[in-house]
Amino acid sequence: MTVTETRRTAREIGQPVLEASGVTMQFGGLLAVNKVNMTVREGEIVGLIGPNGAGKTTFFNCLTGLYKPTSGQVRFAGAPRKPESPKRQQSEAAEAVPVQPLAALTPLPPKPRAVVRAGMARTFQNIRLFANMTALENVMVGRYCRTSSGALTSVVRGPKFRREEAATRARAQELLDFVGLGRSTEHLARNMPYGDQRRLEIARALATDPKLILLDEPTAGMNPLETRQASDLIFKIRDSGLSVVVIEHDMRFIFGLCDRVLCLVRGEALIEGTPAEVQSDPRVIEAYIGTGEEEDEDAVPEQPQDVADSGEETP
Amino acid sequence: MNATDLAKLRLPETTVEKYGRLGWPASLAGAVVVIAGALMSWSFNQQVLGNLSIYLNPGALQILTIVVALVAMVLLFSVRGPLARRLGPWLDTTRGLRTAGTALLLYMIIVLLAIGIDGNGLVNVDPGGWVSFLGALLLFAGSRLLPDRVGLQDMEQAKLPSWFEILVIAITMAAILFGAAYALGLEDAWSFVLFLLFAATIAAVALRLGVLSWFGHIATRNRKVLTLAAFLVAFLFPFTQNGSDANMSIATQVLIFAATAMSLNIVVGLAGLLDLGYIAFLGSGAYVSAMLSGSAFATIHWKPPFLVVVLIGATVAMTLGLIIGSPTLRVSGDYLAIVTLGFGEIFRLTMFNLDGINGPLLSNGPNGIPAIPDLKIGSFNFGDEHTLLGIPLGRFSNYYFLLLVLIAFVIVVFARLNNSRIGRGWVSVREDEKAAEAMGVNVFGLKLLAFAIGAFLAGLAGTIKAHQDVAVSPDQYIFLESAFLLAAIVLGGMGTIAGVLLGATILKLLPEKLRFFSEYRLLFFGLLLVVMMRFRPEGLVANRRRLLEFHEEDEELAVAVEQEHLTVEEAI
Repeated sequence: MTVTETRRTAREIGQPVLEASGVTMQFGGLLAVNKVNMTVREGEIVGLIGPNGAGKTTFFNCLTGLYKPTSGQVRFAGAPRKPESPKRQQSEAAEAVPVQPLAALTPLPPKPRAVVRAGMARTFQNIRLFANMTALENVMVGRYCRTSSGALTSVVRGPKFRREEAATRARAQELLDFVGLGRSTEHLARNMPYGDQRRLEIARALATDPKLILLDEPTAGMNPLETRQASDLIFKIRDSGLSVVVIEHDMRFIFGLCDRVLCLVRGEALIEGTPAEVQSDPRVIEAYIGTGEEEDEDAVPEQPQDVADSGEETP
Repeated sequence: MNATDLAKLRLPETTVEKYGRLGWPASLAGAVVVIAGALMSWSFNQQVLGNLSIYLNPGALQILTIVVALVAMVLLFSVRGPLARRLGPWLDTTRGLRTAGTALLLYMIIVLLAIGIDGNGLVNVDPGGWVSFLGALLLFAGSRLLPDRVGLQDMEQAKLPSWFEILVIAITMAAILFGAAYALGLEDAWSFVLFLLFAATIAAVALRLGVLSWFGHIATRNRKVLTLAAFLVAFLFPFTQNGSDANMSIATQVLIFAATAMSLNIVVGLAGLLDLGYIAFLGSGAYVSAMLSGSAFATIHWKPPFLVVVLIGATVAMTLGLIIGSPTLRVSGDYLAIVTLGFGEIFRLTMFNLDGINGPLLSNGPNGIPAIPDLKIGSFNFGDEHTLLGIPLGRFSNYYFLLLVLIAFVIVVFARLNNSRIGRGWVSVREDEKAAEAMGVNVFGLKLLAFAIGAFLAGLAGTIKAHQDVAVSPDQYIFLESAFLLAAIVLGGMGTIAGVLLGATILKLLPEKLRFFSEYRLLFFGLLLVVMMRFRPEGLVANRRRLLEFHEEDEELAVAVEQEHLTVEEAI
């Protein structure tokens, strides 16, 4: 694998964008996530690894407001809320998301919508596109929270409505071009190949103008070529000024991609460090491969890499 | 069709089987015999089905069979004969002929039954009736023998001059206007059924031939022309009635029902919420309008101008919608249906009890508020007969025009919301609520918005309905009405405009015209819905996206829809 070769010099790593401290999630008697801390800085790619059932997706859901953490706090420094003008977009066409100064870290309310508005977007482990909409419409839905035409404006159809609609369309097309789907604009999401669906989901997330994007297993089920394209795309997103958090099982992919890696095992943070540190840590190897004696009582059986993590659907 | 297109066309190589040779002559003979029979007397009794007893002077119902038989002949000649080069390669004539044969046979059977039942026995059937029946049988059998057509040209590829397309739309619309006026004029139930069968036959043959999908394409290409033509037809309808209010009364009923169904379509078709108590919003608008109408029985003695009443009525309905919506829209699916069902009943019972004894005097209880005066906007009194271009227009015609404006407004609101940021939000909520929420879509707000807009529009319709009905009473707003509104949407096609208008017309018009079957109408509509759910769950007129939602597994369909979508995009 030559993923490392494609890696470009990272941008300067700036101030923290996301700071999760002591995040705990308990479902009845099951402690899914236990006092996990994580910091993501500006322009950084952070990997989140761990065996199946380690609580990675649950942790994601706590960050994005799908779950309300039992305890702990998630603080986020989103871009200040400001509706953008179509003029500005054209000048920054190459950027995935226009760079804006960061606000101070503030606690995130545990509501998905508020989290998106604050500037944190996500993709899903099992792709959740709007299957019967076209690629363009999918991305346009992503613009929903950054546009404001209400019912009355939509019925009257004044110049403001048309301007906003045209801007939404242009921005969606731009993002499709950015992820390399510029030619599939009018294809129905359900008819697209698997790899394209993954990329479309990323484009949809980018449409919400995030400062931080959370990718839940972006390369699950992909072949080596597609995996490589995916990592190129993630670098491209990072280079346009976003921070990225990635859940992955593919070790080679994650160690070639990330600036820092956090390893979760049974809901607890085992180690956090550079890829090299994590890669060589005996406890990580043990968590993945297991030791003979622990095997029997271990509720988390070892599975091949591409088998889906069950954390997502745990209510 | 230009010359280069024609050069590419080939007649499909028909595989002639053993008896296939007989199919074409038998069908042609059948069509000729049907026409010959129709020129003779069908019935000895002159009182049945209009007068069908004159030789060489066919009655209306006989003309209809002649039309179908002529269509069949045209189709036969486009397989073999003078039209084979021009029409043959485009039309799926075999399937069209089979449909025509089956329909003609059914038509003749009903004619014979009608004469037999209403005219004292089959003795009254004259030779002509039997001849036409035999002709239909021959056409039916002959068309079965015809070989299947293969290698047909796709009619959607046909490039015709745009004036021709517009002409086709104009002719179709004119035919609809003429047909509707004629059908409503039929007093006799048998004749009405037969005319409906004829209209259905034409539609079915067009569908089988592939003409209908072609018409759909030119309709999309010339959408503005089509919309204008449709409204022109609707506008011209009262002028065909010659001042008679009998049919106009039915037409206004249909329009109110259709406007309400269109409003409900925003809730059900766009936002995907099941509302089983929707009639309450129509009712609240109507009650507000009645209370403020200045009727002798009105409980509030204040009579503001009608536009103010409209706004108050619609706002009251919307407020009720928000009140019922905000706590209940957090539950979904079946629960929402039950809560709204309960709300509909609460409204009815409340109106039943606000009679001054069990509660404040607002609705006069079960008596309702009768004697609501006619609307008066400026100096225009809706109760008077007016004459335009020498054609008298009665009271119901006046309301008809007002309701036409209302329904145009509802359609504009529906179409524009559907095609906007809000509409996209609704689709995303329908597709995957959790993903929509995670993409920053305000799911709850959008649902509430749909509820509020739907209620507002229904309230609006209600304020006019009160004046047109002259009275309001609680028993007009029963659960059954809500069920019928929903049935109109399901039957016509959720989320579509044409479909819901069609569904509403069918559900309201049939019971009015077919009095004899009104006792069985629930049975009939129930059966109809069951059959629809089995064979065409997306409704008579299918919305592209709804079609896909109902056929999640069908990959071919998804590809086909995508292709169609692409070509339409190019055309615009």
